[in-house]
Amino acid sequence: MALLLIGFGLCGLAALSSSLPQRVRVVVASSLGALGCAFAFSAAMGVLVHGGTQSFHSARILPTIGLSLSLDPLGSLFVLASSFVGFAACIYCIGYVRGELRSRTAMSLMMVFILTLLAVPVASSVVSFMFFWELMALSSMLLILTDQRHSGDARSAALWYGVMTQLGAAAILFGLLLLTLHGGGQTFDDLRTHASSLHGAVRSFAFVISLLGFASKAGAVPLHVWLPKAHPEAPSPVSALMSSSMVAMGVYGIIRVGGQLLHGGVVWWWVVVALFGVVSALYGALHATTSTDVKRLLAYSTIDILGLVLVGVGASGALYDTGHPDVAKLALMSALLLVLAHAGFKGALFLSAGSIERSTGTRDLDQLGGLVHRMPVTATVFLISAGSIMAVPTLSGFSSEWLLLQGLLHGFTVTSTSTLIIMLLGVVSLALTGGLTAVAFVKAFGIGFLGQPRSVGADQAHDVTVTMKIAMGLLTVPSIVIGVLPGLVIPLVSRAAGVALSSDLSPVTKGTSLILSQFRGVIKPSLLLIGLLAVMLALWLGSRLLTERRARVVDAWACGRDLQTPRMQYTATSFAEPLQRVFADVLQPQSDLEVTHVAESQYYEQSLTYENQVRDVIEQRGYRPFIDVTLRAGGLARRIQNGSVHRYLAFGFVALLVILVVIA
Amino acid sequence: MSATTSNVFSITATLLQIVLVALLGPLLIGFMAKTKARAEGRVGAPIVQPLRDIRKLLSKQRLHARHASVILPLAPMVILASTTVAIAISPLVATHPLLGSSADVLVIVYLLLTGSVAAALAGLDAGTAFGGMGASRAMTIGALAEPALLVAVIAMSIQSGTSNLPGIVATTMTHPNWVSGPSRLLALVALVIVVIAETGRLPVDNPATHLELTMIHEAMILEYAGPELAVITLGASMRLGLLFSLIANLFFPWGIATDGSYAALSLGVVALVAKTAIVALGIALIEVRSAKLRLFRLPELLAGGFVLSVLAVIAGLVTR
Repeated sequence: MALLLIGFGLCGLAALSSSLPQRVRVVVASSLGALGCAFAFSAAMGVLVHGGTQSFHSARILPTIGLSLSLDPLGSLFVLASSFVGFAACIYCIGYVRGELRSRTAMSLMMVFILTLLAVPVASSVVSFMFFWELMALSSMLLILTDQRHSGDARSAALWYGVMTQLGAAAILFGLLLLTLHGGGQTFDDLRTHASSLHGAVRSFAFVISLLGFASKAGAVPLHVWLPKAHPEAPSPVSALMSSSMVAMGVYGIIRVGGQLLHGGVVWWWVVVALFGVVSALYGALHATTSTDVKRLLAYSTIDILGLVLVGVGASGALYDTGHPDVAKLALMSALLLVLAHAGFKGALFLSAGSIERSTGTRDLDQLGGLVHRMPVTATVFLISAGSIMAVPTLSGFSSEWLLLQGLLHGFTVTSTSTLIIMLLGVVSLALTGGLTAVAFVKAFGIGFLGQPRSVGADQAHDVTVTMKIAMGLLTVPSIVIGVLPGLVIPLVSRAAGVALSSDLSPVTKGTSLILSQFRGVIKPSLLLIGLLAVMLALWLGSRLLTERRARVVDAWACGRDLQTPRMQYTATSFAEPLQRVFADVLQPQSDLEVTHVAESQYYEQSLTYENQVRDVIEQRGYRPFIDVTLRAGGLARRIQNGSVHRYLAFGFVALLVILVVIA
Repeated sequence: MSATTSNVFSITATLLQIVLVALLGPLLIGFMAKTKARAEGRVGAPIVQPLRDIRKLLSKQRLHARHASVILPLAPMVILASTTVAIAISPLVATHPLLGSSADVLVIVYLLLTGSVAAALAGLDAGTAFGGMGASRAMTIGALAEPALLVAVIAMSIQSGTSNLPGIVATTMTHPNWVSGPSRLLALVALVIVVIAETGRLPVDNPATHLELTMIHEAMILEYAGPELAVITLGASMRLGLLFSLIANLFFPWGIATDGSYAALSLGVVALVAKTAIVALGIALIEVRSAKLRLFRLPELLAGGFVLSVLAVIAGLVTR
C-alpha cells in the first residue's frame, strides 16, 4: 500500500509542479507523473503476484467521512492497466507538448486525471469511490476543452460528455446510496456483508440503476454517444488514457458492484449486461469500418472491444448464477485479459494517431497516405497494435479472444435458455466483429500509411521525437507479451477474477503456453510464432540465394498510361463503400451526388460533387428529438426572460399579488 | 521408446502434410480447371499446369513497384507462412501432427485471416486504383465469409465439447451418426459457401479472368511479378488445399491416421487425396453450372451462409 500511496503522492506533486516556469514544467511534471505511475504499477503487480488485500484509511483527507482505500487483486488489475498507460502517456507528453497541453491548467489536469485513474479501482467506500469518480469525470471533461480555441467541435464534445457522465454518475450514486441506506455503513465491506439481507427488488433496482451509469462510462450502445465525440477531440495522450483506462472503469464498476458487492445477483442482470455488450460490439465495429477520421475510428473500435468485454462479463455472471463457477471464471478471465490487452494496443494506437496528427496536421484518413516511408516507427507501432486488435495469432487480441471463445463454447452446456441465447449471441458477435475489425484496421493502416500521400501535410510528414517513439513502443509490449507468453499473465488475471467469484478453476500454464485441461483447450503461441518465423526465414533465405538481391523498381500498372497520381488511389471512404452499402439499413448513410453539365451538351459533365456522411443513427434518432424538445422548451422560457427590467418587475408584482391572494 | 517414436512420427506427419498440400493445392486447381474444361467440351490444360506456372514465375526477375514499401515483399512471406503453419498443425493426414494440441479452430481461422489481411495491405501498398479495389472487395467478402466460417466450426466444436481440431475429428469418428445429423449438414453447406468465397471461385470471383470490373483477388495482387507472384500463387493454392482438406476431414474423417503406424499414414495420404479430389470435383461442377454473381448480390449469398452456420449451432443445441 505504501508504494501505491507514494505513487499517488508523486502524481499529486506532478499536478502541483505544473505551476513551474514553462521551460521545465513539462519535463518535471511528466517525469513525476511517470514515476508515480511506476510506483503504482509495482504496488499493483505485488498484489497480483502475491495475493492478499492491502487497506488504508484516513479520516483527515476527506473530512468527517474519511478516505478508504483498499488494494485487492481485482482493483490491482485495473491499476496495472492505468499505470502502464499513464506511464507511457507521461513520457509521450515530454515530446508531444507544444500546442494544446502546454497550458498550466491542462498539464495539471492531466496529472489529476492519471491520479484518479489509479485511485478509482482502489476506493473502498461509497464516498471515496464517488469522489474519485467525479474527479475523473471532471478532469477529463476539462481536458477535452484544452484545444477548444481551434476546434469548435471540442466544445460540443465536452458538453455531450459532461451531460452524459454527470447523468451516469448520478445513477451510480443513486444505486450505491440505495445499498448504503439498507446496509450498515458506507464502506464496500459493509455493503457486501449486508447485501444478502436486502430485498431482492432493492438489490435488482440498485444494480440496474448503477449499471446504466457504468455502461455509459464503458461506452455501451445506446449510452455511447459521448464517446466518439470526446475521444477524438481530447489531446492524444488524454484520448489514450480515456480509451484504454477510463472506459474500463465502467467494466470495473459492473464487476465490483454486481459481482462482488451483490454476490453475483441473478441471471437476468447479466443477460442485460451481455446484451449491452453484443449490441455495442456490433454497432462499434460497423461504425469503425466506415469512419474516416482515424481517432473516431479508434473510438468506435473501443466501443466494439468494450462490448466484447461486456459479453465476457455478462456470460460469466449468468454462468455463475446458473451453477457453473468454473466456466464463469474462464469467461471473466477472458474479459479481464481483454481489458489488459485493450489498454496496451488501444493506448498505442491513440498515441500513434497523435503522432500522425502532429506530423501531418490532419487525422482524416482521406488526406493521408505514404506515411510508412516518412514515419517508419509510428507505422510499425500502428501495424503491431492493429494486428493485435485484429486478433492476429501470437498477439494479445488473439489470446484474449481465444479465452473468450473458450468461455462461451463451454457455456453451451448450461440448460438455462436465456443463458444459452447469451452464449449464442456472444459467439455471433465475436465472429462478426472479427471480420469487421479486420476491414477497419486494414483500412486505417493501408490507407493511412501505404500508397502515395494524398495531401501536402502527409507528403511533408516526418517521424516524431524520441520520447514519443519510446512511449509508443512501450505500449506495444503488452501486445507481444500477452500474445506470445499468455502463460505469464494468466495467473494474475485468474487471481483478479477470483475476487469476484469463487471457483476452483486454475488454468495450467506450462511455460508460456496456456492449457485448460478441464476444457481440452490448448494454445501454444510461442511455438506458433517460431513456426511462422521459421517459414518466413526459409523463404527469405531462399529468395536471397535463388534470385538477384535487388528487385528492379518499376512504375505501378496504370493500364498502360505512364501516369499514376495520388488521386487515383482508393480512399478510406471508397475502401469502406461496399460494406457501407451492405449495411446501409443499419448505418443509414447520407450520400449525395451532384452533376453539373456543360451548357452545350448534357452528355458532358462540368463538375461532380459527391458527399457521403455516416452519422450515428442512435444519436440522430434517439437523442436529437429529446435535445430538440429541451431546446424548444428553453426557447419558450426565453420569451419570459427577455432582459427587460420592466417585465421582471411586473412578474414580481404579479407573483406577490398571487401569493397574497393565496395566503388571504 | 514410444515417446521418441511418436515424436518422430509427428514430425514426419507434419512435414508430409506440408509437402502434400503444397503439391495437392496446385494440382487440385489444375484438376478443377480440367474438369470444367471437359464439362464445357474443351480439352483444357494439363492438370500439372499450375505447378508449371509456379516454376516459370520462379525463374523470372523480381520487380518492385515505385511508391510501394516493405509490405509488398513481406506480404507473400506472411501469406505462405500463415498458411503453412495452419497446414502443419491441422489434422489432415494424421490426427496428431506436431503441435496438433494447439490446432484450435480459432487459430486456424485467424491464421487464414492474417493471410487475407497481408494480401489486402499488399494491394494497397503500391497506391494504385486496382490494388485498392481488390483489397476493398476482398476485405468486404472476407468480413462476411470469415464469421460464417468461424460459427460453422464452432457449431462442430460445441457438439464435440472442444475447439481443438484433432479433438473434433476424433469425436466425429467415434460418433458416426453426427455426420448425417442436421447440425453437421447445415454447417457443411455454410462451409462450402465460405470456401468458395475464400478461395475466390465462381460465383464469387472468377479465377480465369483479369476483367477490371469484376476481379477481386487478381486485382489485389496485380503489382506482383516473378518469384513473389509464385509465392503468392502457391500460398493461395495451399490455402485452397487446406480448406478442401478441412471440409473433407471435418465431415468425413475416416481414412485419417489415428495411430502411430506408417501404414496408417500412407493410407491417410491416399484418403486425403481421394477426399479432396471429390470435394474439388463437386465445387468444379458448381462452378460449371453458375455464373458470376454481381458484387452487391454476394452479401446475400454470404449472409445466407452465415445464417446457415448459426442454424447449425442451434440445431446442435436442440438435438443434443
